[in-house]
Parts: sequence; C-alpha cells; structure tokens
Amino acid sequence: MPSTLGQKLWDSHVVRTSPGEPDLLYVDLHLVHEVTSPQAFEGLRLAGRHVRRPDLTLATMDHNVPTRGGARAADELSRKQMDVLADNCRREGIPLHQIGSRRQGIVHVIGPELGLTQPGMLIVCGDSHTSTHGAFGALAFGIGTSEVELVLATQCLPQTRASDLAVTVEGDLPLGVTAKDVVLGLIGRTGISFGQGHLVEYRGSTMRGLSMEGRMTVCNMSIEWGAKAGMVSPDDTTFAYLERRPHAPRGAAWDAAVDHWRSLVTDPDADFDHEIHLDATRLEPHVTWGTNPGQVAPVTGRIPEPLTDTDMRALRYMDLRPGTALADIAIDRVFIGSCTNARLEDLRAASKVIAGKHVHPKVRAMVVPGSATVKRAAEEEGLDAIFKAAGFEWRNAGCSMCLGMNPDILAPGERCASTSNRNFEGRQGAGGRTHLMSPPMAAAAAVTGHLVDVRELL
Amino acid sequence: MEPVVRVSGRMLPLDRADVDTDQIIPKQFLKRIERTGYGPFLFYDWRQAEDFVLNRPEHEGASVLIAGANFGCGSSREHAPWAIRDAGFRAIVAPSFADIFRANCAKTGLLAVTLSESQVRHLMDLTSEDPTAEVTVDLEKQEVRGDGFAYRFEIDAFARECLLRGLDEIGLVERHQKSISAYEAQRSTWLPAVK
Repeated sequence: MPSTLGQKLWDSHVVRTSPGEPDLLYVDLHLVHEVTSPQAFEGLRLAGRHVRRPDLTLATMDHNVPTRGGARAADELSRKQMDVLADNCRREGIPLHQIGSRRQGIVHVIGPELGLTQPGMLIVCGDSHTSTHGAFGALAFGIGTSEVELVLATQCLPQTRASDLAVTVEGDLPLGVTAKDVVLGLIGRTGISFGQGHLVEYRGSTMRGLSMEGRMTVCNMSIEWGAKAGMVSPDDTTFAYLERRPHAPRGAAWDAAVDHWRSLVTDPDADFDHEIHLDATRLEPHVTWGTNPGQVAPVTGRIPEPLTDTDMRALRYMDLRPGTALADIAIDRVFIGSCTNARLEDLRAASKVIAGKHVHPKVRAMVVPGSATVKRAAEEEGLDAIFKAAGFEWRNAGCSMCLGMNPDILAPGERCASTSNRNFEGRQGAGGRTHLMSPPMAAAAAVTGHLVDVRELL
Repeated sequence: MEPVVRVSGRMLPLDRADVDTDQIIPKQFLKRIERTGYGPFLFYDWRQAEDFVLNRPEHEGASVLIAGANFGCGSSREHAPWAIRDAGFRAIVAPSFADIFRANCAKTGLLAVTLSESQVRHLMDLTSEDPTAEVTVDLEKQEVRGDGFAYRFEIDAFARECLLRGLDEIGLVERHQKSISAYEAQRSTWLPAVK
C-alpha cells in the first residue's frame, strides 16, 4: 500500500502494536538538557531504575547558560540545574557537552552538526522545538518530563498514530525572502493550532531548493502551528550536509545508509489527510505584530484591525494600534540567535546586510551563535569581526534571549526584533515585546532602528 | 500515580484562547529541580493584575479550570500541568488542547477534557453567573455534568484506562522487554551511537 514519509518513519519504529493501545515506538536518539530532565532522573533514582541506552542519549547545557562570563555568571538555581545534569550524566554514563566545552550548544543545533541527526531516525527531546530534526527526514518531536523519564528507562515511547498533512511550497523565493518567511507566511495563513495531531511533510520545489539550515528553520517552527512533527524527505542536499560529519556512517556503511535513505519518500499514490499549497514566488519578508506567531504580516503591511479578543489583548500588550505601518515601529533591541536561526548560514545572511554599516545608536544588538562549533566557524570566516565592527555584541552559544531563562532578557516595555520562534507575552522577559523575523530582517532593523523591509538595504 | 476517576467542584473561567505554557508558568520558575512547589507561580504575570480571574475570591477553591481553545500551546514544559495541579485544579475543560500539553496532563493525573465550543461557553457562563455552581468531570462515565446537563466527552481509551487505574506507564512498557530487545537486535548497523 502506498505510504507517506511520516507513516513510513512511524512504521519502522514500531516495537509492538496491539489493538486498543498506542503503538510502542523505539527512540534512536534522545537529546537531554538541563531544564526538563532533573525530575526525570530523580524519578528513575527513586524507582531504582537506570538509563537503558546511554549510548543513544546525548546531553547538553543550553536553556539557562549565560552567554558571557561562563557558568560563574549564572544565578544560583541555574548553576544548580547545570550541576545536577552533570551529576546525572556522570552517574548514568551519558555523554554531556558542558558549558564552555568545544561542542556545547543549543540541543537542536548540535545534533545535526555532529551528524547524530540522520534520515529515518526517531528523535525525541524534552523540548518542543525537537521538530527541527525532521529537516533530515527523521521523525522528531518534543516530549514532557514524564516521557523523558520513560525514554531514559526504556528507550521507548507509547504513541497514538498521528495523521498526515502535506504542505507543498512551490517556486523560487524572491530576493530577501527566506525559509523563516515561508514558515511565518504559512502560520499566518493557517493559524497556530491547525497542525494539531499531524505529521507535517513539507514538499515542493521551494523546500527542495532550501539548504539544510533553511529546512531546519521551517521544521523548527512546526510546533508553532501545533504540529506533532515536521519533516522533509532526504535528498542529495541532506546527504551532502551529512557526509563526513563526526557521527555520520563511513565507507560501505555510508553507501548502505544512503541507499536506505533514498527510500524515505512519500509514495506517488499516497494520500494525505490534509494538503496546503503555498506559492513561494508571492511571499514577502514577514514580521509578527502580536503575541503569537500567527499574528504576522508582510513587513510592507499595516497592523490589522483586531478580529478577536486575542488580537485585542495582543495589541494592548504590544502597545500597537491598528493601521500603523509595520515599518514605522521603532525597536530597542535586536536578537540574532535561537534554534530557529543561529546556524552559520543565518549568521552569514545577517552579516551581509550589516557589512560596512552600523547598529542604530538607540539599539542594542546581539548575536548568539547556536553552538560553540558555529561560533568557531563564523570566526574563521571573519563574521565576528563584521558584527563587532557594526556594534553587535558577539556572545557564546546558548538559547539566550529566545526564552530569557538566563541573564539575556528584555527590560519591561523594550521592543525586540528577534530571529527566535515565539513572541508570547513575556517570552523574552516580563513586559518585553517581541517581533519575529528572519536574520536579514533583524539585521536590517538593527541598522535602521525600526522594522524595515530588508530589500531596501540589499 | 494515584487513580483519577472523577473530579467534582467549582470552576474557574479563563475565557481566553491560545493560552501558552509561557503564561501558565513563566520560565523563571522552571529552575527548580523538583516536581512540586509551582502553584504560587501559576499565571504569574497575569496574576499581577488585581482583577485577573485567579485572584477573585468568589472562585477560590475551584478545582475545574474552564479555558479557551488550543490551551497549553507552545513549550513542552511539564511544569505547566504541575503548576495547575499544585494550585488545586484536578481537571481542565476546553474546546481543544495542544498535543504535548495534553500528554503531559495525562502523566500528571490532571484530566484534560475536550467539549464543544458551545458546551465550554455554557460552563464559562454558568460559573461567571454563579461561582458556587459545581460540575463533575467523570472519567469513568466520560461525561461532564452539572445541574440539568450532562455532556459526553471522548478520550483515548488507553489514556483513560491508565488514569482510572493509576498505572505506572514505565512499568507497563518494561513488561515488553522481549519485544524491545528483539527490535534492538534488528536495528541498522549504521545508526549512530553517541559514544
């Protein structure tokens, strides 16, 4: 029977199936970080259990790490969380990339760059942006702490089968329009809950044309419209990215793997439960104006008339009025970072916009590379020099101001142009106001001091 | 986990859609390493407004949270259902829930029940007009009932069974050791190991 990519991935991980019960799925890679794991390890300990497959488990510190000053700059509770993770990993034999180490970074950045994220795998993590790894043709989704404990103990997860949703994006992206605009444009159209219960496959010529970094950006934000997972079928772009990564297969194993990976496509006659089509050629750079990622518009537009209570609340919180041109909104801060947009390609794209220019005098701007590896690579290319010369702060890797669990936060009332994934109330700091956009758009805002159409600067 | 069969009590109307987990429990309170103690920080930022529904004395002691659609969207933090439970709630009724949040509720022994928009609206109006009105969320009978109404709800049969019997899910999965080992034995050799 013809099958979708999502169902193929699902089927290949079924350990056990029984009528009236969820499928028991096997987890190929379990990523762990300091914030959602302490209670899971504690649960194991209290029950006298151990981690079944420490060799399929990787830990990093990312959510609450300071991006300058090292662990000493962290508050006491954050330091304790980091210490507890280090203790748990030592006791259970789980490899850990600590703050300050060579390969530390945001969990969804380091998995792919180490070559641990591969097509056909099932990957989970106690973090909703685990959907990022779907860019490789993997089934990847976020789980809660109790499920983290379950996976630590058994390497398995009972799951009720999800349905299939195809998002087909066709056409060449216009100049200045990025993967971020594809996904923001999509969420603007569908709203923030349309994806609930679905495995989303992103298809079409636009997706095929995106780099792995771009595909990761799109898959990363699958959760922002409620999807269970987002994925892209693997192809030569995927294989070229993976080849010779530290954990990628080598020699004959590589050839066998690629042969298998090429079968990870939706069969021509397979049916999806829903299909959405998006014309990439008509997309413009997008910015959010509200307090969820679905409250978004092309930067050439204006703040819309509120249609719902949620819209009205959002405008009040954001201190914005209907009819205001988005490009007239002045900003105080710029954040280039997060698991959505802090890979080398993102930093390159932002650096092109600011090269030879300077951050607006009223703006404080920072770049937080997604990993220590990204940071080193950027420095080898001299990107750090471009950012610093333009007046950006150049930080160490971490989640930083995406969620403000660390010293990087907005002050109340501050308005930020951000490349992250959530503009929820208080997300970047209590009272802070977030506008989501692509790295080039955030860089352009840094230079002009207000939201601006990056195409005017290209 | 303790079995959950039914919850009876007063309601708290949170008449907002798309309530995200950042609002339910802001990130500064995720730094604890325990599963308890989050109750005082539930809806921390919204609670700063005196007239926020959670601050109103007439709803004190409510055990059933009535909420808008897509409740619990955003982050996977299980701290969100922990905080709701810590604050005394045992059930949430809404037109829809975000997937991860709903799964987390099940693990926490918090009933997350879906009713239609109009049924949720009825409950919202009922408790707003009469805060002493009580409802029963009955998992066994799969209904939400009160004075003069009973609304049937659907729930995954297995999740229901686990809640009703207070089953330890890890223990359940561990019973399938043989299947797990058999699966492991046939995994592709090229699949990566972390070390």
